[in-house]
Amino acid sequence: MRVTFTVNGRRQEADDVWEGESLLYVLRERMGLPGSKNACEQGECGSCTVRLDGVPVCSCLVAAGQAEGREVVTVEGLADFARQRAESGGCASGACGTSIDEAQRWQARPADSQTGEGAELSPIQQAFIDAGAVQCGFCTPGLLVAADELLERNDSPSDADIREALSGNLCRCTGYEKILDAVRLAAARGEHRTAGQGA
Amino acid sequence: MAGKETRLATAPGRTPTSLTQGGQTKAGIGESTLRPDGTLKVTGEFAYSSDMWHEDMLWGYTLRSTTAHAEIRSIDTSEALATSGVYAVLTYDDLPTDVKNYGLEIQDTPVLAHGKVRHHGEPVALVAADHPETARRAAAKIKIDYAELPVVTDEASATAEGAPLVHENRDDHHVGHVPHPNIVHRQPIVRGNAAEAAEKADVIVSGEYVFGMQDQAFLGPESGLAVPGEDGGVDLYVATQWLHSDLRQIAPVLGLPPEKVRMTLSGVGGAFGGREDLSMQIHACLLALRTGKPVKIVYNRFESFFGHVHRHPAKLWYEHGATKDGKLTHLKCRIVLDGGAYASASPAVVGNASSLAVGPYVVDDVDIEAIALYSNNPPCGAMRGFGAVQACFAYEAQMDKVAKKLGMDPVEFRQLNAMEQGTIMPTGQPVDSPAPVAELLRRVKAMPLPPEQQWLTAGAGADVRALPGGLSNTTHGEDVVRGIGYAVGIKNVGFSEGFDDYSTARVRMEVVGGVPVATVHTAMAEVGQGGVTVHAQIARTELGVQQVTIQPADTRVGSAGSTSASRQTYVTGGAVKNTCEHVREQVLDIGRRKFGTYHPAWATAELLLEGGKVVTDGGEVLANLADVLEDEAVDLELEWRHRPTEPFDLHTGQGNGHVQYSFAAHRAVVEVDTGLGLVKVIELACAQDVGKALNPLSVVGQIQGGTTQGLGVAVMEEIIVDPKTAKVRNPSFTDYLIPTILDTPTIPVDVLELADEHAPYGLRGIGEAPTLSSTPAVLAAIRNATGLELNKTPVRPEHLTGT
Repeated sequence: MRVTFTVNGRRQEADDVWEGESLLYVLRERMGLPGSKNACEQGECGSCTVRLDGVPVCSCLVAAGQAEGREVVTVEGLADFARQRAESGGCASGACGTSIDEAQRWQARPADSQTGEGAELSPIQQAFIDAGAVQCGFCTPGLLVAADELLERNDSPSDADIREALSGNLCRCTGYEKILDAVRLAAARGEHRTAGQGA
Repeated sequence: MAGKETRLATAPGRTPTSLTQGGQTKAGIGESTLRPDGTLKVTGEFAYSSDMWHEDMLWGYTLRSTTAHAEIRSIDTSEALATSGVYAVLTYDDLPTDVKNYGLEIQDTPVLAHGKVRHHGEPVALVAADHPETARRAAAKIKIDYAELPVVTDEASATAEGAPLVHENRDDHHVGHVPHPNIVHRQPIVRGNAAEAAEKADVIVSGEYVFGMQDQAFLGPESGLAVPGEDGGVDLYVATQWLHSDLRQIAPVLGLPPEKVRMTLSGVGGAFGGREDLSMQIHACLLALRTGKPVKIVYNRFESFFGHVHRHPAKLWYEHGATKDGKLTHLKCRIVLDGGAYASASPAVVGNASSLAVGPYVVDDVDIEAIALYSNNPPCGAMRGFGAVQACFAYEAQMDKVAKKLGMDPVEFRQLNAMEQGTIMPTGQPVDSPAPVAELLRRVKAMPLPPEQQWLTAGAGADVRALPGGLSNTTHGEDVVRGIGYAVGIKNVGFSEGFDDYSTARVRMEVVGGVPVATVHTAMAEVGQGGVTVHAQIARTELGVQQVTIQPADTRVGSAGSTSASRQTYVTGGAVKNTCEHVREQVLDIGRRKFGTYHPAWATAELLLEGGKVVTDGGEVLANLADVLEDEAVDLELEWRHRPTEPFDLHTGQGNGHVQYSFAAHRAVVEVDTGLGLVKVIELACAQDVGKALNPLSVVGQIQGGTTQGLGVAVMEEIIVDPKTAKVRNPSFTDYLIPTILDTPTIPVDVLELADEHAPYGLRGIGEAPTLSSTPAVLAAIRNATGLELNKTPVRPEHLTGT
């Protein structure tokens, strides 16, 4: 079958999709967006977390066909998503859709060819780097999507709020302390001050 | 630089290569420099091994045994092969050479099962197809006729008279000294006279302890891409801990010379020892060479639990004696590690468990024995802490028991018996660098305690999330008790027992665009520990440049050894430092040649490279590096070794077996709901000596991560193997639990830096020590809260409620 949906503000199409394929598989293997990770494919680890019409979901548990006609945001689109949200005054989940005009103007941002230095980062992405919350980094994309959604709902979360929001995301390297630090840091900096300023 | 081939093979997603780092103000050793791969990792562009992609690639799949021990009477692959979209189905009969086994030390692991299977989940056949689901469905059509054999699952069944032999015709070098062919290796350590010393004891305390089978549970599953080369060789992009060890095992099975197996490290999603053994490497190469197409294999989580070795489960018997005034008199102990069906790292784990069995204490009279079994359980091998973890769990429980019997404070009792610099280990080896065991305990005890039970004072506004059981809202804290526990541990750093534990670094220095640039090329596996960050810091410190490029790790440069045993910053960091020092000398020689006549300091002063300049130790600038080098480049590849070690005597265990020791202490504060049987760890404080913190941010991250893995095994982590069938019952993240952010408390860390004069910069390996003591600290805290004995990991609700 053919599935068509919007990913990071851009209309994407995949042909010959087998009915059993997950949204995660289609994103990674058919659309060339491997940022969402495949750590358990059972909805237990949160590594594949994306936003589907604004709602964080484990993309491994979403059949590709269920995404038909809907809006998906992955870690690859997080910086752009945060920038647009900041520009539009921080709209609520789901209402942050990309206009057709914007989608047509969308293009990948130029970045250093090897390291990504110079890439525009969302506040939560920058905070993960600054706080040392990235080690092997495999859990990082899912955590970033979940943490960004938390901060969109609650710009000054308590530690208990952060723990609850990220409890669906496993990390094996960090012991979570620096992930907490990163979310606290992003909250303290506030999106309005850092959005769009990049690395 | 990565070649054209690399780009093609890995699009989309960038390979974690040529990570340039420059322009940061915090840059040299001792600074919390940020990761050079951080930006790629937060944008989703960093290419992990499971992200590899090649146009026209196939997907490989492994068919695994559904039984633990069986004769294979026949395998029928015809239906699978006839499936549309299937390109190859391989079994043992398709292996190209006479070399059909591999292994880290003992080559006892079949690439594909032949004749029989020895454990649940053993690879039996391979399929390559155009879609992963096609490969899975075709594999399900392979018909295997198994004739079940009796299983051995513990010491009693493995050594019983007439027990089935896991390996019938052993010819490895351990078989001559083990008491039974189902024992992989045995290491006694005898020093002094434990029996005689026991007579001086006023109290004697013994205990039996059981340590469950833990899994590394790295997040990024085993995966990689094999691309057949035009020369008949193969390019393999894979996540591993040691490229050259893999290569040594892969090439003979493929029948290829090593230079035709070109390995490049792709992004590694954690390792913790679980990637020391091969998993899909040979399988992907076999399928690629057979089909002539690139083949990608990605394990799902279920398969990952079968695809790597686990931490050895153990049974430990301990007896300690002490005098009235609190001095330990002797130790007798026996440690039985279950190595499962194949040897993997079992011999070395035995060496560690026995030589570190006494812990960081002074005990002159010891009688220690450690063995590892062959059984039909899942194979066990390397995992963070490597034999020292199991021993620490037991000796720390014993320390509390002895202290209690003597009526002493458990921390003071430990301090009274703590080893220090100069102590002689039970192996006879003197400890010749700082061993601040008493000080670490003092520090961790001195940290402020977390606030008292908050829900008791907050009344109706109490946050139920703070209670054991958390959000489930099953209690208001009626049955909750708090406890505090302490533990400390000792871990060796690096490979021991005479292993030639070297590393290689290539460093190039040149001027690019008027700017001096250093390029560092090693085969070190960056598995998340931050080696790439530290290498850049070392190069900057030694060569006085700001711009450093870290080349991709591959087999075009000499071996770096394994990213394990807390050794990589020590050994490959040492190799980078050493090579940089030689590069610096050559750069200075060029400077002397060009400018020596202009200033006498070139010949007389101690010269340094700093800030892109040649300066004297008095701070006088002699030249710009750019002017010294101009078009010349200095390019060196050198091996580096730490001090040699020696094997332990097979009968007495005596020998200078270890390079260096690291020490960590923990204090755990727990709350236990004795009604529900639930534990909440409130805080897990750690004090650790790191010698020298090359990157304090990374050091603390490693300590917190290691602490959390120890917490996991204390209260939730265990691979459960059915004792009758030897089948794994919980190979999923639904059933094998690792700590979430809700299970993990605040982990305050106190870092002590007492330099080891024998190590580069005085550093001490750090990755493993925090995994040792966090488990017994949590157990001690639960015992303190409940008064229960609790001699097994993990502590489950039924152990706390007696149900």
